[in-house]
Amino acid sequence: MDSKAMDTSKAKEVALENMLLVTSSPHIRSNESVQRIMLDVIIALAPAIIGSVYFFGLNALKLILISVASSMVFEAIIQKIFNRPITLDDFSAIITGILIAFNLPADAPWWLPVAGSAFAIIVVKQFFGGLGANFMNPALAARAFLLSSWPSHMASFTGTRPDVVATATPLAIMKYGMGPDTAASATVAAATSASEAAGAELPTLWNMFIGSIPGAIGETSTLLLLIGAAYLLIRKVIDWKIPVFYLGTTFIMLVLLGVEAEFLSYHMLGGGLILGAFFMATDYVTTPVTPVGRIIFGIGAGILTALIRVKGGYPEGVSYSILLMNVATPLIEKFTRPRVFGEVKN
Amino acid sequence: MKLENLTFKGGVSVPHYKELTENLPIEKAKEPAIVKIPLHQHTGAPCEAMVKVGDSVKVGQKIGESEAFVSAPVHSSVSGTVKEIMDMPIPTGLTVKCVVIESDGKNELHESVRPKGKLEDLSSEEIIEIIREAGITGMGGASFPTHVKLSPPSDKKIDTVLINGAECEPYLTADHRVMAEEAEKVIFGLKAIMKALGVDRGVIGVEKNKPDAIKALKEASQGEENISIATLKVKYPQGDEKRLINAILGRVVPSGGLPMDVGAVVSNASTTRAIAEAILEGKPLIERVTTVTGNGIKNPKNLLVKIGTPFKDLIEECGGFTEDSPGKIIAGGPMMGISQFSIDVPIIKGSGGILVLSKEEAKPEPIQPCIRCGKCLEVCPVKLQPLYISSYTLKKNFDKAEEYNALDCVECGACSYICPAKRPLVESIRLAKREILAKRKAK
Repeated sequence: MDSKAMDTSKAKEVALENMLLVTSSPHIRSNESVQRIMLDVIIALAPAIIGSVYFFGLNALKLILISVASSMVFEAIIQKIFNRPITLDDFSAIITGILIAFNLPADAPWWLPVAGSAFAIIVVKQFFGGLGANFMNPALAARAFLLSSWPSHMASFTGTRPDVVATATPLAIMKYGMGPDTAASATVAAATSASEAAGAELPTLWNMFIGSIPGAIGETSTLLLLIGAAYLLIRKVIDWKIPVFYLGTTFIMLVLLGVEAEFLSYHMLGGGLILGAFFMATDYVTTPVTPVGRIIFGIGAGILTALIRVKGGYPEGVSYSILLMNVATPLIEKFTRPRVFGEVKN
Repeated sequence: MKLENLTFKGGVSVPHYKELTENLPIEKAKEPAIVKIPLHQHTGAPCEAMVKVGDSVKVGQKIGESEAFVSAPVHSSVSGTVKEIMDMPIPTGLTVKCVVIESDGKNELHESVRPKGKLEDLSSEEIIEIIREAGITGMGGASFPTHVKLSPPSDKKIDTVLINGAECEPYLTADHRVMAEEAEKVIFGLKAIMKALGVDRGVIGVEKNKPDAIKALKEASQGEENISIATLKVKYPQGDEKRLINAILGRVVPSGGLPMDVGAVVSNASTTRAIAEAILEGKPLIERVTTVTGNGIKNPKNLLVKIGTPFKDLIEECGGFTEDSPGKIIAGGPMMGISQFSIDVPIIKGSGGILVLSKEEAKPEPIQPCIRCGKCLEVCPVKLQPLYISSYTLKKNFDKAEEYNALDCVECGACSYICPAKRPLVESIRLAKREILAKRKAK
């Protein structure tokens, strides 16, 4: 009787020990998650998505959907081939898809986002190890790829409804539309813009602010992008440092490079600067994690953007600036290591 | 200077879960039938047993001692008979020699337990000797012998004694209740430490989520010109002593240094109360307040428990496990506590709590790749880059981990807590520290 009682108590004990989970601390985790962060970015992009359909019509929606769908399909296929876990549920491919579409003109052919997604997801993201391991912003790399492969498709911008006709972006007008060196450009893309830009007139600043101007479908509405950016800042998804230093430096550099006062606002509101500063230059994976590094990243991108716009061959320059700073990120981080608390000064 | 709402840079706000026990008065735990008293429950040299199997012992009788300076004697917390002296696991994860004593239930006091006289009549040396003899060690977790802290080398000029009442670990309310209910003893203990060090400034730092403790301490310290109460922002890890010094005194303890390098000595609130009892009653450190809590426990409580009481007794006293429990049993709080294999381990001097998480709460979350969000840098109180130390460690590149200052990590766990990808950041840094130190030792 006694021994039996002991046996059961021992059996209970063994059972308890098998039930207990033993791990290293901490034993609680925050509610933060990769999914939630990505979802927040998608929510922040939503006003601009809706705006793009309003300004550019259903073709914009079609491009966004094709781009997102193809990004997801390529992600799943390549992960299957590489025998990696399929991670569509982290939502990162959705964001890449939206951002690729945002960089396209409204009348781009359907296969353009497909080609862009393939390059972004397969080459830039998955070849380098997938989420967290890519060294360049996939969407921006895709834009650069498309721009150099199909320049005419990428630069043929339509105006907003109801007058959907081929036209030039405000920055193209500023670059090529005025002054004696009209159409003196090196690239086909620029030439296309340049020929359209000659003699065109700049839109009003109000139209630039709300987004009723020619341009890539997701980049035109400063207002809607800023609403999304405010959401990301409030949710603490993005750090203010990169966008603030990026925009501030671009402004100062444009002034230093002699851009006239009346064109400054067009520069700040146009050419994807707002989209780039808040949604692309803040991409975690391809920008520095150190606080000082983020400031340097913003300043560097600002200098490059202004230089490309004023001295270079392209009217815009946001994407190349960010891409160049992406590549410089490991180096920036190396030189901006925070001083450890109590580190003895040498 | 106003000592209100002070804080440090970095850190993370963690839900404190203290509502389970913060308003429950300290209860005396049931008398344990047996106690298991480890001979090594402190930082430093282990004690040698001073009793043999079959000996009868009394409450407060010294049963283990060491010749080494960095060590602390241990005492019996019951009166009864020594049943066994054998190796057993203790909550720190180590297996150490323990003296198992069967209680006779009489609680007869040993003759050494008697008041040590008035504080005014005691010299600095006498106070430190009383503290050493009482086996007092830091009760906040690290269990460093207190008399060693109170004997700084003569070239270190100490000007301030800080009492750590931050208790920033979620769930735990032991220090909170001690400060709220026994503020006089905490003030007395602080005065004893100040006298031992010849210091005329004492500050007690308490997080603002313990208003009753702050009020009690302010009342108890009325008229004490040299003692002030500092309120601290509720932020983890405010109770890390270097963070506490930084928040209250604005001083920065150098990397690899000790509080004494910046003229401060820090003592935990419960430790300070134990010092008061050692002087006032002559009672060695044989009991402490422990919070038994968590959603995995039926009736969470703040218990005054005898050192050596098995966890199992206390869990039973608190009504046992809830339905979906136990998932995890933790000695200490959820941020830095140590999860246990068994509930047969005893309460030791450093046991501030027993936390039982339900199975649901204990479920580990899947680990995702690092997205370099940088949140671990933002929360790190030491300004490390946990993502890099962790990634080098996982690649077994410990030299690189050392280059990224892995040894400065205080293991607070804020990085792992905040990580959206649920990566094992502090867990791997801990591993790196051990490897780096082992390598240094081998050289």
